[in-house]
Amino acid sequence: MVYRSHVLICNGTGCTASKAPELMARLEKELAAKGIEKEVKIVKTGCFGLCEKGPILVIYPEGATYCHVTPDDIEEIVNEHLVKGRIVKRLLLGDKDAEDVAKSLDNVEFFSRQYRIALRNCGVINPEVIDEYIAKDGYAALAKALTEMTPQQVIDEIKKSGLRGRGGGGFSTGMKWQFAAKEVNDQKYVCCNADEGDPGAFMDRSILEGDPHTLIEAMAIAGYAIGSNQGYIYVRAEYPIAVQRLNIAIEQAREYGLLGKNIFDTDFSFDLEIRLGAGAFVCGEETALMTSIEGHRGEPRTRPPFPAVKGLWEKPTILNNVETYANIPVILLKGADWFNTIGTEKSKGTKVFAIGGKINNTGLVEIPMGTTLREVIYDIGGGIPKGKKFKAAQTGGPSGGCIPASHIDTPIDYDNLIALGSMMGSGGLIVMDEDNCMVDIAKFFLEFTVDESCGKCPPCRIGTKRMYEILERITSGKGEEGDIEKLETLAESIKQGALCGLGQTAPNPVLSTIKYFRDEYEAHVKEHRCPSGVCKAMLKYTIISDKCKGCSLCSKKCPVSAISGEIKKPYLIDQSKCIKCGVCMDVCKFAAIEKK
Amino acid sequence: MSCGCCKADNKSEELDKIIAKYKDSRGALIPVLHEAQELYGYLPMSVQKKVAKGLNVSLADVYGVVTFYTQFSLNPKGKYKINVCLGTACYVKGAGQIYDKIAEILKIKSGECTPDGIFSLDACRCVGACGLAPVIMINEDVYGRLAVDDIPGIIQKYFDMEAEAV
Repeated sequence: MVYRSHVLICNGTGCTASKAPELMARLEKELAAKGIEKEVKIVKTGCFGLCEKGPILVIYPEGATYCHVTPDDIEEIVNEHLVKGRIVKRLLLGDKDAEDVAKSLDNVEFFSRQYRIALRNCGVINPEVIDEYIAKDGYAALAKALTEMTPQQVIDEIKKSGLRGRGGGGFSTGMKWQFAAKEVNDQKYVCCNADEGDPGAFMDRSILEGDPHTLIEAMAIAGYAIGSNQGYIYVRAEYPIAVQRLNIAIEQAREYGLLGKNIFDTDFSFDLEIRLGAGAFVCGEETALMTSIEGHRGEPRTRPPFPAVKGLWEKPTILNNVETYANIPVILLKGADWFNTIGTEKSKGTKVFAIGGKINNTGLVEIPMGTTLREVIYDIGGGIPKGKKFKAAQTGGPSGGCIPASHIDTPIDYDNLIALGSMMGSGGLIVMDEDNCMVDIAKFFLEFTVDESCGKCPPCRIGTKRMYEILERITSGKGEEGDIEKLETLAESIKQGALCGLGQTAPNPVLSTIKYFRDEYEAHVKEHRCPSGVCKAMLKYTIISDKCKGCSLCSKKCPVSAISGEIKKPYLIDQSKCIKCGVCMDVCKFAAIEKK
Repeated sequence: MSCGCCKADNKSEELDKIIAKYKDSRGALIPVLHEAQELYGYLPMSVQKKVAKGLNVSLADVYGVVTFYTQFSLNPKGKYKINVCLGTACYVKGAGQIYDKIAEILKIKSGECTPDGIFSLDACRCVGACGLAPVIMINEDVYGRLAVDDIPGIIQKYFDMEAEAV
């Protein structure tokens, strides 16, 4: 069947929440009303990355990208674009007056700065149709590996590419495979960590939802390389759309003989099983993840022995995350030499970042390693909303740290981030502006680790809790001299003593914020003042008498009657009664109330 | 009309089927608990005992797993399960205040359910909709780009739905 137009609608979680399914229904209805439903094909795709502008709809062959489309816009799009062939300029993303619509995105830096390898098919194909993946060279890398290469050649190619794990530590993927391949055992396993728990990162979800077959293909290649016939995908139960699409993809791959016995008529057999996580951040740690697949509490084990020697059910196992796997088919098809040309000396290829927080273009971006933070925040991310000042970028989630404005020109790669006291992690990048309190942010991450600590080893179970208590004291205005030093000592002990990656990196958010924002900590401890005006207990609302017109509105609205005064004269807040709810500030029409 | 006790029996049979389906596979406990929770809405002690017996593992192991993972609940959830995302992106955009507002309106804390069983409230980790931060989920529906002032209206919508249903 040949269609004259293809309408691509993003069905990622972001756009689904922004009513993409309603758009689909409306589009089907309008097309039928015009009698052109057989000429136009609607394609449900994965995430385009620019969730901020969602829901997003792209129409080919013109390549017109429409953003913030509402159900009511559909009629106009059908009438104008699909019936009359006239672009609906007002909805275009990017240059609305570009002569060639396909080029309207060329000047949108959000897209033009990106280099998509892992996300190559997201937003391009329908993830629920295997033929679309195959049309984009899908499963060609698996065919090449099985029919033209030996397992060792596959491992050599991956080693040569310099690919490092995209999920946390940044260990060489090829080396990992090599270790597992060397082991002699009747059973080995290939696992995928799709338990994306790092709050603020959603690239794995995007790949699972937008291009699930790439994961299946890569895991089969890994199976061939290390000599395994069984894989497990450990995926978060919180990602229902991803689980559903993975299930569909696995079924289709089995039907096509791309999973199962004697793939491509070779001796190689491989199959996959999905295991649902149950909400435990520590299960992102490799040994904990395997313990969880085995059906137990997800507590980490001591290493060595490393999983490549004794992993799942004590058999040699490799574990990579989704983004790492998504790079594999491309590396095999285009070659390690090509991959080597992208990135920096020690960090090859690209990295997907989920940019969020105080930034204009929130969404997913894939950029070559070595791009500077400034480029990511200002060129791709479009800068900070409301003209506020950039304060810090948090990378690496609860294991990472905050990078201050003074280091904004650092090229992003594994080693630079570690040198700054942060880490790559899975690629969450949260931007903070002058209104964010760094002590509060450190407390936020510590609260997370305290909650998620599995409780097996005391440094993490007790140490992080003690650190959290100190931070809570500091943010509630009860900080004492010496608290900052206590935090530093505790942090060092936890880093050295904790059993797994979660505990060893848990103090990073505190250490990096103390390193770069010690003055803020000191203001909290010594002056009992929160410079950003976030820590409620230390806030003080006062009325600026010059600006107060004495209208009495604040006094009437105050829930605890803490404001008194005479009409037409400046009012006064009784600090002993004030509960710092901020109502007075909200209702004042003369901006006469200040919060410090 | 069937009475409540027959319904309970049906569920019990369903649970037997779930256990039988996974009994012989390795690492069966977590998948069984997922499906059991789907069936009952939560995992009361009676269900845990049955699972332990059916899979031939100790009740301590079952209870240990149930209490380890946040997805599993020992308490019933509300008809409308409100999850407030407290992931980093949502947090820096004020998810804390959103959570406080909901807690204030419903007079419950995280992990609790309103006495009438209509709403339950949980603070959850990143739902992966960071582009729309701050975000809450009510059952399967995601509400994004929220401000504190949006909250009363959203909750009211569900109250109204309840009132209509009665």
